[in-house]
Amino acid sequence: MSTLSIHDLRKSYGALEVLRDINLEARQGEFIALVGPSGCGKSTLLGMIAGLETVSSGQIRIDGRLVNDVAPRDRDIAMVFQSYALYPTMTVRENMAFGMESRGVPRAEQESAIRRVAALLQIEPLLNRKPSQLSGGQRQRVAMGRALVRDPKLFLFDEPLSNLDAKLRVEMRTEIKKLHHRVAKTTIYVTHDQVEAMTLASRIAVMHRGVLQQFDEPQAIYERPANLFVAGFMGSPSMNVLPAVVASLDGGPAVEVLDGLAVLPLPPGTPLPKAPGQPVILGLRPEHFVVPHRAQPEQTVLGRLRADVEVVEPTGSETMVVLRLGSKEITARYEPVDAPRVGETVEILVDMAKACLFDPATERLL
Amino acid sequence: MADATLVRDFDPLATGSAARRVRSKALVYALLTLFAAFYLLPIGIVLLNSFRELPDIARTGFFAVPETLTLQPWREALTSFCLAGACEGIRPFYLNSILMAVPATIISTAFGLLNGYILSMWRFRGSEWVFGFVTLGVFLPAQMTLLPWAYVLGNAGLTNTIWGLILIHTVQGLAFTTLFCRNYFVNIPDDLIKAARIDGAGFWRIFRKIVLPLSPPIVIVTVIWQFTGIWNDFLYGVVFSSGDRQPITSALIALTAGATSVRHHNVEAAATILAAIPPLLIYLFGGKYFVRGLTQGAVK
Ligand SMILES: Nc1ncnc2c1ncn2[C@@H]1O[C@H](COP(=O)(O)OP(=O)(O)OP(=O)(O)O)[C@@H](O)[C@H]1O
Ligand SMILES: [Mg+2]
Repeated sequence: MSTLSIHDLRKSYGALEVLRDINLEARQGEFIALVGPSGCGKSTLLGMIAGLETVSSGQIRIDGRLVNDVAPRDRDIAMVFQSYALYPTMTVRENMAFGMESRGVPRAEQESAIRRVAALLQIEPLLNRKPSQLSGGQRQRVAMGRALVRDPKLFLFDEPLSNLDAKLRVEMRTEIKKLHHRVAKTTIYVTHDQVEAMTLASRIAVMHRGVLQQFDEPQAIYERPANLFVAGFMGSPSMNVLPAVVASLDGGPAVEVLDGLAVLPLPPGTPLPKAPGQPVILGLRPEHFVVPHRAQPEQTVLGRLRADVEVVEPTGSETMVVLRLGSKEITARYEPVDAPRVGETVEILVDMAKACLFDPATERLL
Repeated sequence: MADATLVRDFDPLATGSAARRVRSKALVYALLTLFAAFYLLPIGIVLLNSFRELPDIARTGFFAVPETLTLQPWREALTSFCLAGACEGIRPFYLNSILMAVPATIISTAFGLLNGYILSMWRFRGSEWVFGFVTLGVFLPAQMTLLPWAYVLGNAGLTNTIWGLILIHTVQGLAFTTLFCRNYFVNIPDDLIKAARIDGAGFWRIFRKIVLPLSPPIVIVTVIWQFTGIWNDFLYGVVFSSGDRQPITSALIALTAGATSVRHHNVEAAATILAAIPPLLIYLFGGKYFVRGLTQGAVK
């Protein structure tokens, strides 16, 4: 049973079309992440689900009920804002009680809901403070608390962690994940941080310029990005893309990259995506590169490349190496002990079983 | 000396040697004192004259040191001086001014808050135009509005009534109060209103529970502006009221314009100062907030 279903949704401000043909659904208890670059329409979509923005065309259903023209208060949703939007003149307790008061929830019930949520989020000592007397992390918690007391059908988050510093962000991310486990509410979570999306979501919706690019499980999005945009947006460092031409190697399918600099085999038996000689785009993630002596027996479809080391970027747990391949630069992931030195020429294998091929004209995955 | 440097405020003059600093400071204070004296001189003279005997003023003129001091002019101004046909001093007119200025201030401020709230947070098609037209009133000279008001008051049967003056001042003030409040409210984050809407609050509940509690700075500014403006208004009072319906400002003219009788300069002086007290008091207590409210965005 889906809690939220969105059908052919469109939004335009005058002549400006901000969202196009959005189709989404969230099953009971699911955690959906909406990701995309700034200005792609994530907040607008969330605002439409909340009822804060009007619908130009299409349908939004919550628990099967068409809510296009239902007021925000009657949609049974709760929302956490990027700015937290805590009422500055009210204490934490009053902030949490405000929504229940508006709905005429009896006092005793309000009090017990606040106590329950305050305990859950460990904000009991803060209940009598004003928002201005809280740290960023505490405000964040209170904002979530205000959403939680209402016990709504649907949770909406608009970049709730983007105002926190890096360390706190990671902590709160884990906490949100735990919280979701515990309360198991259907959640729509907007972020432009793909790590947040990958770690939290059961499914990710990637948006670009108002169009939904792909809606799938995190692993699927990562391994089989539907198009070049998704491939570049998800993953850090992003996927390397190389222009290539369909060819054959030892009778099997293959691609030739960089004007014949190298021919890389494709898994045997894969149907040729295009006729030999046709151009394609080859997508390789940094971790698809393998140092020769680390090749595993099950990695049978290996291509071989020679490249010059341009930049070496150790991060501690792994080292990113920028390699020059003819006129192109690619980023490969190395174990710190295997990392080469700048200026060296190295030989590196490519695990072609994981490679993605894209159509250069449509930019779609082949 | 060493202690003093520990807590030194920012001092724009502290850029040269010690001697130069002293000299420039002396110059600044001398200039300020001069200007202050110049500005306070008329008030000082009026104040002095309010304590003088009439024959003394007649003999030596306004600009002289009093021979004797007396409270008689003040007593007369407050209780017994004959003005516009009544001999009760300025009290009835004072009361008129209060009855006019207080409701007009409250009503125009209340409507300004409401207008500002709507024009900043519940925008509708054309709301920018409405705002533009309302603020146009800020630039209209009051003289231009006299004829229309005469027409309106006449038709509404409010000529020469306190209610008429309240109506005029409320409407004339709306341009300012709306401008002030709207410009203050646009700084309130939109998300706050969205959060409240999701929380189930409607138009009035958001106004009462979210917007009004954030408004004291702008309410103070608006009230001071309106009250001083209305209290000190002379034009509308003189044009649209007469006799015992006049506010204090226009009644003072009657006090000075008694062409047939001897002019009581000392009583006039006392009455003038009495008339100036309410706005002065308001400014004294609220001035700090006034300056602050005019300059700051106020909502964090
Ligand atoms: N009221 C409006 N009138 C006109 N255009 C608007 C309006 N609100 C948003 N837009 C446009 O709609 C597009 C999507 O905006 P939206 O706020 O949804 O982006 P976003 O994905 O949330 O971006 P960010 O990550 O920066 O928050 C933007 O191009 C924006 O300029
Ligand atoms: Mg946004």
